[in-house]
Amino acid sequence: MNNPTFTLDGKTIPFTEGQTIIQAAIAASVYIPHLCFNPEFKAHGSCKLCTVKANGRKTASCTAQPQPDMIVESNIQELNDERRALLQMLFVEGNHFCPSCEMSGQCQLQATAYELNMMSPHFDHFFPDRPLDASHPEYLLDFNRCILCSLCVQASRDVDGKNVFALAGRGINSHLIVNASQLAETGFSGDDKAAHVCPVGVILKKRVGFVVPVGQRKYDLLPISALAKGD
Amino acid sequence: MPVPAKLRVATTSLAGCFGCHMSILDIDERLLALLELIEFDRSPLTDIKHCGPCDIGIIEGGVCNAENVHVLREFRANCKTLIAIGACAINGGLPAQRNHLSVSTILNEVYQTQHGLVGGFIPNDPELPLLLDKVHPIHEVVKIDYFIPGCPPSADAIWKVLTDLLAGKTPELGHGLISYD
Ligand code: SF4
Ligand code: SF4
Ligand code: FES
Repeated sequence: MNNPTFTLDGKTIPFTEGQTIIQAAIAASVYIPHLCFNPEFKAHGSCKLCTVKANGRKTASCTAQPQPDMIVESNIQELNDERRALLQMLFVEGNHFCPSCEMSGQCQLQATAYELNMMSPHFDHFFPDRPLDASHPEYLLDFNRCILCSLCVQASRDVDGKNVFALAGRGINSHLIVNASQLAETGFSGDDKAAHVCPVGVILKKRVGFVVPVGQRKYDLLPISALAKGD
Repeated sequence: MPVPAKLRVATTSLAGCFGCHMSILDIDERLLALLELIEFDRSPLTDIKHCGPCDIGIIEGGVCNAENVHVLREFRANCKTLIAIGACAINGGLPAQRNHLSVSTILNEVYQTQHGLVGGFIPNDPELPLLLDKVHPIHEVVKIDYFIPGCPPSADAIWKVLTDLLAGKTPELGHGLISYD
């Protein structure tokens, strides 16, 4: 029996039982902008960047499952305008000084902002004060760039079995914490999955920043939309 | 056919490093083609001190002191289209990295307590513009029409925006031209 299908921006996408819209799209090499979704982890639908219109209703495509013959719209101006506004809020709520960021050129937030033509942060900046944690001999945490995607929390809890990271606070006061006064006092190791999941420049290996020359970095070569998985 | 009047363009650097202006010069021989279509008003290239009525104003740098705010307002009052060029104008950039420190902490550190300084004092000449407590991107002070991100933006990005504007189109930068670093 053939797989059921839905249409995504007019393109027919097959799906299997249990797949979400974004999983089926990725399997068909179609890009839907996203930040908190990583194909290796259970989706939790928090950033809302992947919002699509499914039969006219807005829903997070990383958590919603398609129905046969569903009409899904993603790459339309209305949604892209909202996505750009979400990105702009993420930029002004943290401190994203890309020219001095080790992740520049390989950062999903930055690449997604390029993809959605974010020419300015639009809103007023918060300029929060978020000191670094450079206590660990091999890794540093630059909280200025955290977008609260909670992938490190999931990785540390579900893969590493360590619970090194957690999100604390609510609303605008939400922030990333470690389960000790600083990273060096946790069980964190560079071999942890959590050391390698951050889509932006927070969890950084020391002494290897800026190794890839400008022009040869991941998203210098191809826009994030050309890499359907987006990572 | 009558020769169309040249568009008048003003440029300035506020809390910037002139790197964006260097990138404007970096459009190289295309400058000659550009000069057929535009003429410069106030700009580091002309040394005209005040901005008169212009079609396009290009601002590098954010605002870090009172004078920056006056210059920015002068540009907005005189330019039909105002463009923010570079990271500092758009998000504060490097100068804004001081924003988590108080101005007094910074002045003390730089002029008085820094290692190796002897007999330093905080400058207080009335000619010197007063520092703002934070460095701000310029869209937080006046309305900005277009943005050219980059640190600095490439000459090709600047060229694309200017030629789009001169052609009466909304400027657009695709992959490879839009860059925050
Ligand atoms: S994390 Fe990404 S968006 Fe933020 S400063 Fe680094 S490169 Fe820029
Ligand atoms: S540190 Fe990185 S992975 Fe963890 S929540 Fe922040 S952005 Fe996400
Ligand atoms: S990617 Fe779906 S909500 Fe973040």
